[in-house]
Amino acid sequence: MKILVCISHVPDTTSKINFTDNNSAFDTTGVQYVINPYDEFALSRAMWFKEKQGATVTVITVGNATTEPTLRKCLAIGADDAIRINTEALDGFQVAKELAEVAKANAYDLILTGRESIDYNGAMVPGMLAALLDFNFINACVGVEIESGAVTASKEIDGGTETLATTLPAVIAGQKGLVEEKDLRIPNMRGIMMARKKPLAIVEPQTIEVATKAINFEKPAEKSACKLVDASNIDGLIDLLHNEAKVI
Amino acid sequence: MSVLVFAEASEGKFKKIAFEAVSYGKKVAEQLGVSLVALTINADNAAELAAYGAAKIIKVNNEVLKSFDAKITANIIQQVAEKEASQVVVIDSSSNGLYLAPLVAVNLNAGFASNVMAAPSSTTPFVVKRKAFSNKAFNNTEINTEVKVIGLAKNSFGIFENNTTASEEDFSPEIIASGVSSVGVNKASGKVTIADAEIVVSGGRGLKGPENWGLIEDLAEVLDAALACSKPVSDLGWRPHGEHVGQTGKPVASNLYIAIGISGAIQHVAGINASKVKVVINTDPEAPFFKVADYGIVGDAFEVVPELIEKLKAFKAQNS
Repeated sequence: MKILVCISHVPDTTSKINFTDNNSAFDTTGVQYVINPYDEFALSRAMWFKEKQGATVTVITVGNATTEPTLRKCLAIGADDAIRINTEALDGFQVAKELAEVAKANAYDLILTGRESIDYNGAMVPGMLAALLDFNFINACVGVEIESGAVTASKEIDGGTETLATTLPAVIAGQKGLVEEKDLRIPNMRGIMMARKKPLAIVEPQTIEVATKAINFEKPAEKSACKLVDASNIDGLIDLLHNEAKVI
Repeated sequence: MSVLVFAEASEGKFKKIAFEAVSYGKKVAEQLGVSLVALTINADNAAELAAYGAAKIIKVNNEVLKSFDAKITANIIQQVAEKEASQVVVIDSSSNGLYLAPLVAVNLNAGFASNVMAAPSSTTPFVVKRKAFSNKAFNNTEINTEVKVIGLAKNSFGIFENNTTASEEDFSPEIIASGVSSVGVNKASGKVTIADAEIVVSGGRGLKGPENWGLIEDLAEVLDAALACSKPVSDLGWRPHGEHVGQTGKPVASNLYIAIGISGAIQHVAGINASKVKVVINTDPEAPFFKVADYGIVGDAFEVVPELIEKLKAFKAQNS
């Protein structure tokens, strides 16, 4: 089985969110980048398939050279090789089109990725990629098993889970549950040493007409301070929620 | 020309987000000076959508569609969008909406903006405001394509009545083959879900153990709220994973979020930030949750919550 894991290179959750150039660009000063947490579940599940059932695992991202440490980290976790599509995409559609082109050329059986990235939270790329490739698609996946090309997956739905059956080739966009949190893979020293020698291919982008672009960013208005209510004044809290906030 | 809204019915009934999507579509249609078309599948009472501004309601009724399939539904939306010459297609952010919207965008070769929270600030160029960075920022996105797909964020635009005389049309779409089939659904019945709840009551490690969850359940019951918990609580196995809210858990965009014994780690807040009003009850006045909450009580949950439950019961009795 040939598995492609799509990785988003995102600011760590604790990063300060600021903008530069007249609020037109994200300020990367002092920002630590990590593997998108949702993609970590996808990569860890891919490693499980590699070890238990035999598979090759390729990781891919769309971005400039600054994303390479994130790809090397994926290689250290155990991916066999990495691909970087050398462009800074302006929207999810562009990312999906770039990924689709590489996926078509390499005939992957399974594409695993996170259901969304934690920066733009757009949740656009997995479905778009599946539609562009005409692959079967399962979103919000919380568990997946594959036996001779037959896929059984559980998907989170509002208020529960649904079990779905499909076949390869497929795109599966997942989250916690693909593996448990405790089973997330982290690089060990041997992995880090080996990662240096693993192939990281740089692919030049296609020319894509961009469908959407972020013009500028805004930050929410400064929140007013938390109104503290004394523990002996529960009536006061109920009054505030009813008359001021109007939520009960 | 038209604006098309996919108004999803769940077991025949519309949820509030369907009305919100129609309200939003009405606004966009007014801005563009075109009419609003709503598409429904297997809805018991499609006519309800006229109250929110739908001028034409397209009804699809087909047994095959009883079980949701993203690919088939996305294709039906495409068929209707093409038939109605829709320049904007609005889809809500339910789990089904999130599943199918990217497929619709590819089908229509449309620019797609998800997490949209407000009506377009301009229609030429077409600019919408979106949530980003877990609600720590917004971005104004220009959509350049002829057809545009908008994923509307939950509980962001609001529901507006706009009584319209609507025409209704039955439509029999072509049903394409799907490669995915549903084997079974596991859903707790009768419980308020986090996705639909107006109020979410959430407990953290401050509750000391799963045996104390009766407090949280009682409070949720009085408020008709959904139950949630922090990540450590689900990791410790005190509560099922389905209740974990926060980053990597379920997102919450309720009107009211009550955090009890939750310190407010940044990953937790990232997932619940879209809630309109946040209340914290915690013994530690230094807990980071107080920085993001609107109302707070510094106090012991085991003393505060039982009293809150009693007083809310009295309040409900008076106000119902």
